[in-house]
Amino acid sequence: MLIPHPLLGLRDAQEFTYLGDASLLNRPDPAEGEAAFCDYVFLRDNPAGVHRELWYHEQGDRSWLVVTRDTVTHEILGAELARDVKGAGA
Amino acid sequence: MSRLDGGLVDRDRVLSFSFDGRRYVGHPGDTLASALLANGVKLMGRSFKYHRPRGVLSAGSEEPNALVELRTGPRQEPNTRATVAELFDGLEARSQNRFPSLGFDLLGINDLFAPFLTAGFYYKTFMWPKAFWEKLYEPAIRRAAGLGRLSMGPDPDAYDKGFLHCDLLVIGGGAAGLSAALTAGRAGARVVLADEDFRLGGRLLAESHLLDDAPATDWVRMVEAELASLPNVRVLTRTTVFGAYDHGIYGAVERVSDHLADPAGRVRQTLWRITARRTVLAGGATERHVPFRNNDRPGIMLAGAMRAYANRWAVSPVARGERVAIFTNNDDGHRTAVDLLAKGVPVLAVIDPREHAPRLGGYQVMAGATVTGARGRLGLRSIEVTRNGQPEWLECSALGVSGGWNPNVNLASHHRGRPVWSEDHLAFLPGGELPSCMTVAGAAAGQGSTHAALHDGVAQARAALDALGIAASETAVPVAEDAPLRQTAFWHVPGRGRAWVDFQNDVTVKDIALAHKENMRPVEHLKRWTTLGMATDQGKTANVTALAVMAELTGKGIPQTGTTIFRPPYTPVALSVLGGGNTGPGFRPTRLTPTHEWAKAEGATFVEVGQWMRAQYFPKDGESHWRQSVDREARAVRSGVGLCDVTTLGKIDVQGADAGEFLNRIYSNMMGTLKVGRVRYGLMLREDGFVYDDGTCARLAEDHFVVTTTTANAGLVFRNMEFARQCLWPELDVQVISTTDAWAQIAVAGPHARTLLSRLVDDFDLSNEAFPFMACGDLTVCGGLRARLFRISFSGELAYEIAVPARYGNALMARLMERGQDLGATPYGTEALAVLRIEKGHAVAAEINGQTTAAMLGLGRMVSEKKDSIGAVMSRREGMVADRRRLVGLMPVDPSQQVVAGAHLFNPGAEQGTATDQGWVTSSCFSPHLGSYISLGLLEDGDARLGDVVIAANPLAGVNIETKVVSPHFVDPDGERLRD
Amino acid sequence: MRYSGLRLFAEALRGHRGWKPLWRDPEPQKEYDFVIVGGGHGMATAYYLAKTFGKARIAVLDKGWIGGGNIGRNTTIIRSNYLLPGNEPFYELSMKLWEGLEQEFNFNAMVSQRGIINLIHTDGQRDTYRRRGNAMLLAGADAQLLTADEVRERAPFLNFDNPRFPIKGGLMQERAGTARHDAVVWGYARGADMAGVDIIQNCEVTGFEVENGRVTGVETTRGRIGAKTVGVAVAGNSGRVMAMAGMRLPIESHVLQAFVSEGLKPTIPGVITFGAGHFYISQSDKGGLVFGGDIDGYNSYAQRGNLPTVEDVAEGGMALMPMIGRARLLRSWGGIMDMSMDGSPIIDATGIEGLYLNAGWCYGGFKATPASGYCFAHLLATGRPHEKAKAMRLDRFARGYVIDERGAGAQPNLH
Repeated sequence: MLIPHPLLGLRDAQEFTYLGDASLLNRPDPAEGEAAFCDYVFLRDNPAGVHRELWYHEQGDRSWLVVTRDTVTHEILGAELARDVKGAGA
Repeated sequence: MSRLDGGLVDRDRVLSFSFDGRRYVGHPGDTLASALLANGVKLMGRSFKYHRPRGVLSAGSEEPNALVELRTGPRQEPNTRATVAELFDGLEARSQNRFPSLGFDLLGINDLFAPFLTAGFYYKTFMWPKAFWEKLYEPAIRRAAGLGRLSMGPDPDAYDKGFLHCDLLVIGGGAAGLSAALTAGRAGARVVLADEDFRLGGRLLAESHLLDDAPATDWVRMVEAELASLPNVRVLTRTTVFGAYDHGIYGAVERVSDHLADPAGRVRQTLWRITARRTVLAGGATERHVPFRNNDRPGIMLAGAMRAYANRWAVSPVARGERVAIFTNNDDGHRTAVDLLAKGVPVLAVIDPREHAPRLGGYQVMAGATVTGARGRLGLRSIEVTRNGQPEWLECSALGVSGGWNPNVNLASHHRGRPVWSEDHLAFLPGGELPSCMTVAGAAAGQGSTHAALHDGVAQARAALDALGIAASETAVPVAEDAPLRQTAFWHVPGRGRAWVDFQNDVTVKDIALAHKENMRPVEHLKRWTTLGMATDQGKTANVTALAVMAELTGKGIPQTGTTIFRPPYTPVALSVLGGGNTGPGFRPTRLTPTHEWAKAEGATFVEVGQWMRAQYFPKDGESHWRQSVDREARAVRSGVGLCDVTTLGKIDVQGADAGEFLNRIYSNMMGTLKVGRVRYGLMLREDGFVYDDGTCARLAEDHFVVTTTTANAGLVFRNMEFARQCLWPELDVQVISTTDAWAQIAVAGPHARTLLSRLVDDFDLSNEAFPFMACGDLTVCGGLRARLFRISFSGELAYEIAVPARYGNALMARLMERGQDLGATPYGTEALAVLRIEKGHAVAAEINGQTTAAMLGLGRMVSEKKDSIGAVMSRREGMVADRRRLVGLMPVDPSQQVVAGAHLFNPGAEQGTATDQGWVTSSCFSPHLGSYISLGLLEDGDARLGDVVIAANPLAGVNIETKVVSPHFVDPDGERLRD
Repeated sequence: MRYSGLRLFAEALRGHRGWKPLWRDPEPQKEYDFVIVGGGHGMATAYYLAKTFGKARIAVLDKGWIGGGNIGRNTTIIRSNYLLPGNEPFYELSMKLWEGLEQEFNFNAMVSQRGIINLIHTDGQRDTYRRRGNAMLLAGADAQLLTADEVRERAPFLNFDNPRFPIKGGLMQERAGTARHDAVVWGYARGADMAGVDIIQNCEVTGFEVENGRVTGVETTRGRIGAKTVGVAVAGNSGRVMAMAGMRLPIESHVLQAFVSEGLKPTIPGVITFGAGHFYISQSDKGGLVFGGDIDGYNSYAQRGNLPTVEDVAEGGMALMPMIGRARLLRSWGGIMDMSMDGSPIIDATGIEGLYLNAGWCYGGFKATPASGYCFAHLLATGRPHEKAKAMRLDRFARGYVIDERGAGAQPNLH
């Protein structure tokens, strides 16, 4: 697979480490309690189709990316810096 | 048998080779199959199940029958298709799956039992008595099954891997592929053209067609020369594109030196990962056969293959004076008769089931007739032809069979795109989801005439260039034959006897009928029940025919009956090229510590820790057992001073105004309150609340921390910090960088540690008052070398860790040893380190194994409730709190007894089972300090059971040992030594 | 119809005219007591539900053809060499069921107990495997800790002196081995069919019908089918099927590739697992080397993987047993794994009455088939979890009772 790094262009996916659903950006406030954390840590939409997911450019510039990818076709629809996504309040 | 005229073999040179020990000769340009045929050898293999004698069926990579063991010794290569094995001088090949010889195979007896060995027979029997399956039936089946043999020796050849990038990848160098590559090459696009054959041209080499009134090979040569002249085009012959992967990446194998007797310093094969912006698949088509009774006799081959042998290799399918017959349901089959006659090979007749079969040359046509049988076990002698219900036996020594052509849709279906049935072509064409940016050209797309293929190649290349925004000029295409596709849907010859559909796996029309009867009708069930299409040719010559037979039985159409998609690889690929190159020391690269060379010179034994090679212990003269060395090293630390390279521990620099707050959230305990110049032990949890790493954190400045991690988790902790920094709290002003490789770090531990260090530091007060336990600071040593000093202790002794720029690590170690000679300075390795830490009760990976909570490790209070940190909330879940196993020390009641790690703990007298399990022993060692084996373990309610006796059970060894539960701090529980 | 050597003999003499379909292809009825979604573990479930628990009016729905899911796309290994008390007794139950399976359902599934060896390369690994081997013995399974020489006796062709991963021993389970995957599902299907279960192929569930918090049926591509009890066992599709019931699961779907070589004369004696090198291998009765390694690592429903994993697996194989180099890879394929958040499965009720879930098998579902079917049938029939599967609860994540064999935490691609 090739990942379109927003800063570095197309990079081989082998340079990256995969984490999972981009909902991991949305860590609950501790005040929300255990139930909110259980959702956050354990539950996933796991869609067959478009999936926003976190990839870490570990063998590269250490950027965390939010990659939008179709889990059925593996087609990649876009990639953003996770920092920007988080900053935009996603 | 003599050669025919013409052909593309170099008759001036003679190559000697052997098959089953007999010597033959051939020429450059031959394959093993063409050379064997030229020598009159028809019998080349045995089938899988019935061990039927078999000849060559095809002239290409789809060959199901002529599989041989190639070469000898560790280069022995089983299941090699003789049709693609390029002849070289000295080639040795042997037939396989037969005993004692190819001509007389004892397991040929299976053929007599064929009535019992029908599709799926083994699922219905061999069940009683139960024990017989593994003891008797299965071993017998396993011995009989399989094809060729491995040498069982390691592959002596070298392999390589590489990347290629191109605008256009053209797969296949036949008419369509060449015209596509030429079009794109002339337009200046970066082109890779790959063909599995050793010569470009594809079917053009096998046909007698003219292009612009000249032999097609003239045109091929011209194009080849032009492509070679274009710097933007790379032509890879002997290269099979075997798989289509995501985003335009293709896997290909180039057989660099398989055509040589010896690679002579070159690699045998290269694995190419080709990244292509566009791809034109021009993989051609594969001919179908038509099943009839005993259609597997040696001498019966595909009509197109027969033509290829005659035209390309100048090989007649029969000896002088013998006759050839053709059985075809389409016009293309007739061409074989025409070409053979032109070469002077007598043609008995063309048998064509069509009532209005054409006659394209001076041969007899038997229209409305079918071949209904064949005789000649080791070589065809006669065929039975039936017309109007009247059978007659005709003598002939070879039969060419054509049932039409299947486009090679294989690569087009690697992304699970289902081929679609075309009633016009009577074949499946590429369909569904094609690999990204792939188009299909030529015969692979059903554009089978030479004219159509040439034009389609140009058209698909132009479309690809268009999509890439590259301007293309007109490519002139030579004038070529454009015969219409004329065929009839005649799939098999009905009748008694066995008619083979899948040759290698011995699947007959009867087996398909049985599958139908037993309701194994979906094509996937048919395949699995009968093993159809599971052989080394992956059903290239069988699947569509089988589908048609099943369709006939169900009364449904072929598309309703199903289709099967193909999976990578297109043709089988050697495991050595897929995995080659990185199997020795390069398999998983190792990292060496800064003092590695020094340790090596000291005679250290090394051990792998994470990715690192660390000194395990340093044997001295007279020490014959590792324990002697380790005990000595451990004692030296407790009584003198020891030196250990601890560089491998992860070091992460954390800087920024919010560094303290950041670390508060990373560590479960408070870190932001740490004073400058001080070090604190820290614990890290995963977000699910379990402990995953621990280490020290030093504050060098208000906005500057140095975090140490365990060796194994250095990368993970750093990744998690980047995650926290970028994904969770980007608003924090904090930067992190790994400095593991930048600093060499050496532990100086033992009562004399201060004395030794004081001999090296430049004007730095090491006194307890000035630099107490858990102090840290920048300094210089050895006359100006910058260094960092941390007063931390893993051993429980007075200890420091000193860090210098990595390139000085070796020198620092040497200097410490030299200056510490009178103090008994002793290097110690990971084994002594482990002894020291077990004596001190420090948890490492054996205890922090991802399944333990802070409370289990006795560190429950380190999860601060005053702040949020990763994992804090989840660590309070009911089940985590309820886990009452606690880290304890264990001393055998009889000190001579050794409790091993991995033993389970039980209450004395309790029955031992899963339900009564009280915990397990995590670490064990001999403690020279205590003169006894000691262990750490996690025990139910352990902290409340000090003084109890529990049983350490090791049922694997049948051993139960009484052990006393003690504090995990075996040495200096109050920590006086390290504060000294 | 009973299968036997005698029957085969008799049929051979009369031209195989007497064989009957392995199972019927009935039209779905309007309503069943039990609808099982998924023809893999689900088929085993239906079999035990009918045969062992005496239930009737049962249908198994599969969206494709029977055996087209993971039960027909795996590396056929059976074993019960787990560590944790939540797992090991369950897998040992499965192993015992395997041992009597063929006689039980009268179909030769080629259960072949040729043993499995998990290789050991470091002292730390030996300690870990000792803990596991002891846990196996304590749960009534078999286990042996082998020395390097004992491994060498059984597999002399291994590279014992690999510079990075020298072989220092192995954990062996002699009763482990392989079974012919297709035959397993066919055997269950035939047995279930004979016990009256309706096997409905090409019937994809498109929705659940829930009234007042209770499931009443399923919508399918072949129409509505009423059901008092619905059991879902759809492996890699668990996420998307349960989403139709409004549930999010602690599961991600990942692709695992598997590989088979061309047929070879007997080469590999049993199953060999090279965990450190991400590689495991056995040899089928037909002679193909069947092997695999890690999952590709990203969420996928594509049933195919990528080249780096292929190379990684082949490298592991070459490093471990360099003599396989001149064998050729014949076929690779991808299956969709329901990777759970702790690497262990779920067999439990859901928040919807009458709707039950069997999921989260990761890449280890095949070996579990008999016990999974048995325990799920127990749950469906009695409403209570089976004793050996009681730890496989859905709420263990929320309550903090995970069954994490690897200690890898809540990241499915690490299990």
